[in-house]
Amino acid sequence: MTILLYLTIYASASVFACACLFRAVRYARIPIHLRWELYPVPHEEPERVKHGGSYFETGDWWKAPRRFSLAGELRFMIPEMLFLKGLWEFNRKLWYRSFVFHFGLYLLIATLGIAVVGALFYLLAPTWMAAGWVGLFQISCKITGAAGSLLAVVGSLALAHHRLRDPGLRIYTTAGDLLNLAFFSIALLVLSAGYLARGPSAPDLLAFARGLITFDPNLEVPVPFASGLLLAALLVAYVPLTHMSHFIAKFFTYHSIRWDDAPNRRGGKLEAKIAEYLTYRPTWSAAHLAADGRKTWAEVAAHNPAQEGRK
Amino acid sequence: MSKQIKPGDMARTDGKPLLHLENSDLMALPGPFADRALDPAWAPLPAQTRENYECLLDDTCAVNVPHPKTRKEEEDLVRSFLSGLDKLFTKENNWTFLQPLILTMEHCARCQTCSQSCHIFEAAGGSEIYRPTYRSEVLRRLYFKFVKKGGLVSAWQHGDIHINWPLIARLIELAYRCNLCRRCAQTCPIGADNGLVAHELRKLFSQEMGIAPKELHDRGSMLQLKVGSSTGMNSVVVKDNIQFIDEEMTEKTGIKVETPWDVEGADVLLIHNAGEILAWPENPGAFAVILNAAGISWTLSSDLAGYDSINYGLWYDDAQFARVAIKHAEAARKLGVKKIVLGECGHAHKSLSVVADRILSGDLNIPRESSMTFLRDIVMSGRIRLDPSRNDFPVTLHDPCNMVRLMGVVEPQREIVRKICPRFREMEPHGVDNYCCGGGSGFAIMSGNNFPDWRFHVSGRKKLEQILDAFADCLDPAIPKYICAPCSNCKGQFRDLLAYYDLWEKHRIFYGGLAELIVNAMVDVERGFIEWEWH
Repeated sequence: MTILLYLTIYASASVFACACLFRAVRYARIPIHLRWELYPVPHEEPERVKHGGSYFETGDWWKAPRRFSLAGELRFMIPEMLFLKGLWEFNRKLWYRSFVFHFGLYLLIATLGIAVVGALFYLLAPTWMAAGWVGLFQISCKITGAAGSLLAVVGSLALAHHRLRDPGLRIYTTAGDLLNLAFFSIALLVLSAGYLARGPSAPDLLAFARGLITFDPNLEVPVPFASGLLLAALLVAYVPLTHMSHFIAKFFTYHSIRWDDAPNRRGGKLEAKIAEYLTYRPTWSAAHLAADGRKTWAEVAAHNPAQEGRK
Repeated sequence: MSKQIKPGDMARTDGKPLLHLENSDLMALPGPFADRALDPAWAPLPAQTRENYECLLDDTCAVNVPHPKTRKEEEDLVRSFLSGLDKLFTKENNWTFLQPLILTMEHCARCQTCSQSCHIFEAAGGSEIYRPTYRSEVLRRLYFKFVKKGGLVSAWQHGDIHINWPLIARLIELAYRCNLCRRCAQTCPIGADNGLVAHELRKLFSQEMGIAPKELHDRGSMLQLKVGSSTGMNSVVVKDNIQFIDEEMTEKTGIKVETPWDVEGADVLLIHNAGEILAWPENPGAFAVILNAAGISWTLSSDLAGYDSINYGLWYDDAQFARVAIKHAEAARKLGVKKIVLGECGHAHKSLSVVADRILSGDLNIPRESSMTFLRDIVMSGRIRLDPSRNDFPVTLHDPCNMVRLMGVVEPQREIVRKICPRFREMEPHGVDNYCCGGGSGFAIMSGNNFPDWRFHVSGRKKLEQILDAFADCLDPAIPKYICAPCSNCKGQFRDLLAYYDLWEKHRIFYGGLAELIVNAMVDVERGFIEWEWH
């Protein structure tokens, strides 16, 4: 039974990793698009970021060295990732619910991280753990786990309630959206209840993580706790299969689209990439396109439908 | 007004529009228009239009798609749409925007954060069909059902939709109820882009089905590719017109004005929106005065499209877009200029500087610069003598979306205005947070049926509010006021919007470009370049 639980958790983690990787690779392999940036672009010079300016504000901009401020991007990204700054600015009503939910998830991820690191310490430096570090890991797990579960459950219920109450959201809400939120609530409630009801002799999260890493068949996990772990594992596998994998999408929508202001230079890498796309053979049907599936994109672009037959 | 229209209602077969708006449904206006009775009445859509064309969305009709005559024709149109839908998601057909489109399709959380940022949705009192996610949701459901071949599970996860000709006919119109200002995309926490969705739908209709508003296609990009300009001016006519402008400017300024044509090896090829030459000749005239006074080596080009910077393909068709951009670059290459400077036209700025950047390779990749920075560098260099007291009237600055939010040219025009206009005041919000004038994405030149009524009441309403607020302290008609709009299409919208609400007659609110303000302040020019006369 315990082994089956371990296998499910490893399988779920594998599905999660593979699905995330698959999605990221799929997006990364789509051809580079035409420029479509939106300002402000935070890697611009700080003085420019303040008003949303670009290098186009410089006369003869192509002669000036291109500045790229990683610090500028981080200044934008960290508050966005941790505190959902955009939502705070543009949709405060939703932020109260969404932030609670997402921050709860962050705490749960932290709990998982602490448990795994603690388990590794157990295995690699048992004397340290015996010297009292174990208590630190246990209390950290308890605090982040309890707070994370509470916030994520409250947040998911609040989001579901908001989706059903707000007319602007309700008509766009599908059964799938509600299931997603319900899945979070149920998995975390079962996990929390199972953990709290597990009894003094049952393993805590740290001990379970150690068992998971060592594949310990003797670890006895009570059924309610095991059910919670099982549901949580399935949830982890499910997330990247849905639009909830926006943590992957967001990398591309920001770095590859909104902030992609890289100019095309003669003889540069971009030019070489685009040259490949210009050999594609479009098949659009409208007559003025003259895209018969034989002409390349470059030939279609060089064609003048208004002067056909004129020489 | 029904606000509870659902995405599935797009397929309704009752032959009725989904939405009817009354003035009382619209966002309230400030100041003199707080009294809704002063809001002009809408012209009804002509019965003949309804009889001949698909007008199933709202109170107007932008595209004029004829009714299919037979059941078979209707089925063919649906098939053609589905074929285009497939192509929209292949790299061979749509490498140009595939990545942002797929990310938007697959990751919009429908949280509606974007809704409050949309001036059209707000101005229309929150009408559901104008919500930025509404048209996206229709496309998203079609994408999962027909492109991803989703079954029942997909329908349950993403929502189902029934496809028929009425849905497609409505979607054609709905693609033209968005200014493509992308203010919605700016606020999306995930980075989804509902403005892009309208753009991609327009492309599908044009590139696969051959459907686009005649103002953009037949009389727009096709005419430009045929004679050189969407104004219909060929190179002989444009030279005549510029000569006339030179003469008028010489008379008006007291300085000999001469516009150079086709000068090989000039430093700068200046490309105006040719609409300026016909509608606002003082703008290209002012450029000539400034550039000559500053001793710039510059030229205009008489090559096909070389004298008209417009590129309407940006709004509806990638092929037409690329063709015109290439013509612009070829004109510069032929003359061997060091750079292209784009006149006061927002979409021309974004077209040639930003969006076409990756299409123009090799010797077609000629540096392009904004006239905002170019003029700023001239003004700040001290090469022309300026007297700000000549511009001693309230001035506010409109930010063309294509130039500001979508290109990041924000400060140069402000540096100029702050230097030469002592009574400058900002609109709120401004800069990259600006609101579209309401004429963006081609609307300013689309005047069929009663579309202008929609353009003024709905898409232009937020800008009207901003103008009234910016001049709230000086609405007295004794005080002339100036909206500086460094974009030809925006100026077209302002001209029509101000006339519609009678703001020149009632409050002396005028509009014009940036170059005119500079020449108006030039010490070496006779006073009164800006004439304060409504044309």
